Formats: sequence, structure tokens, C-alpha cells
Amino acid sequence: MSVRIQSHRFDIGAELEAFSSGRTDAGAMVNFCGIVRQDSESPLARMVIEHYPGMTEKSIRKIEDEAKDRWSLIDSLIVHRFGELGPGEPIMMVATLAKHRAEAFSAAEFLMDYLKSRAPFWKKEIRSGEASWVASKLSDEAALDRWN
Amino acid sequence: MVEILYFSWVRERIGKPRETVETGAMTVRQLVEELKSREPRYESAFSDLSAVRVALDQELTDFDASISGTREIAFFPPMTGG
Repeated sequence: MSVRIQSHRFDIGAELEAFSSGRTDAGAMVNFCGIVRQDSESPLARMVIEHYPGMTEKSIRKIEDEAKDRWSLIDSLIVHRFGELGPGEPIMMVATLAKHRAEAFSAAEFLMDYLKSRAPFWKKEIRSGEASWVASKLSDEAALDRWN
Repeated sequence: MVEILYFSWVRERIGKPRETVETGAMTVRQLVEELKSREPRYESAFSDLSAVRVALDQELTDFDASISGTREIAFFPPMTGG
């Protein structure tokens, strides 16, 4: 189980290679990567992500421990960026390793749902000089209900 | 003495990322009321508490939680990670 919070861009391929290399006990690896989406109606200049150093790592480790217990995960990796990001850049990634794909998929979804509304990150969007904080969605909060 | 941290638009409205305050408040809600009575910028940040979340020593909690023995209090809007 590991978590990395960084400002610099990551290489998804290299991350997955390092995460899974040498593992012979896993039969399934699932990866999700979130990307800064461009908006054709109202072009996004950049995104700025703020986080709460210390609490971020702590809260994500807690989520990973829970996922590990629920799905007998072999391993998980979460990389999340902060600072300035441009359209098309990767924001974060989650990877899970399990014996079978059902566990790997479910655990990855669970980790994503919790990361969205329980890890202390805040996104700000900058459009032609105007900055606005992204509002949380009720649907993100509702997504957590299915795991209870 | 307790360290208070602000993030996102809560930080922008208050105008600083952190401060150390001397308080006699027993709960988060009392601390918020105390801050609001100090300066208008706190009133602007805390006018709608349903839009603000609080963490005590980096654990999410609610506004009725006791702050006795707490070293670090953080206020921020609902999180938007992922």
C-alpha cells in the first residue's frame, strides 16, 4: 500500500510497471487515471490543486487499509498531484493488485469514491483570468453510500 | 494556544493560510463564534457552516466536537479530489 502526493507529472506506464514488476501472486491489476478535461464551451486555461499536507497522506492510507481488508488486496498505489496542471495532464492515478479481477475492480472504485470526497484536495479552475473553486457534487457523497 | 489552518476559499476569505490563537472555546462551534465576533472576514468565511468542514488534528469531525487538547484545527470546504 503506498501513496505519493507530488506536484510533478507522473508517467502512468512507468508507475504501473514498477508497481507490478516481480509480483507473481496477483492475477489482476486495475488502473484508473484522472485527467484534466478541456471544456470546449468555456476553455480551461489551467487547474490549480491545493491539499492539506499531512492529513492528505494520513486519510489516504486509512482508505487503502480499509480497501485491503475488504477485498484482500495484494497491493495498491495512489499518486495524486497538486499545484498547477494544464488540460490533458494526468491529475491522479489509482492502481490495485489482487488475485482476481472482481476484487481489483471493486477496490479501485472504492478508493476512487473515497478519494473524491474524503481526501483533503481542492480544485480551482482558471478560465480567461477568472478563477473559481470546483464545488463538490452531491453525487460524489451519495457514491459512498453503496460501500456501507 | 491552538494552530488554525484554512484551505481553499475559506483561506481566501480569511486572507491567511494559518494562525495561532488563544481561545477559551470548548467546542469548534464556540471557536467559530469567537472568530466571527473578531473581524468581518471571519463572518464572511463562516456565514454558512453547512458549506464548511472541520478537522481536528487531521481527523474529520463536526462543529460540536470538543477542542480540548487539540493542537491543530483546520477549516475547509467539502473536498474535491480525484
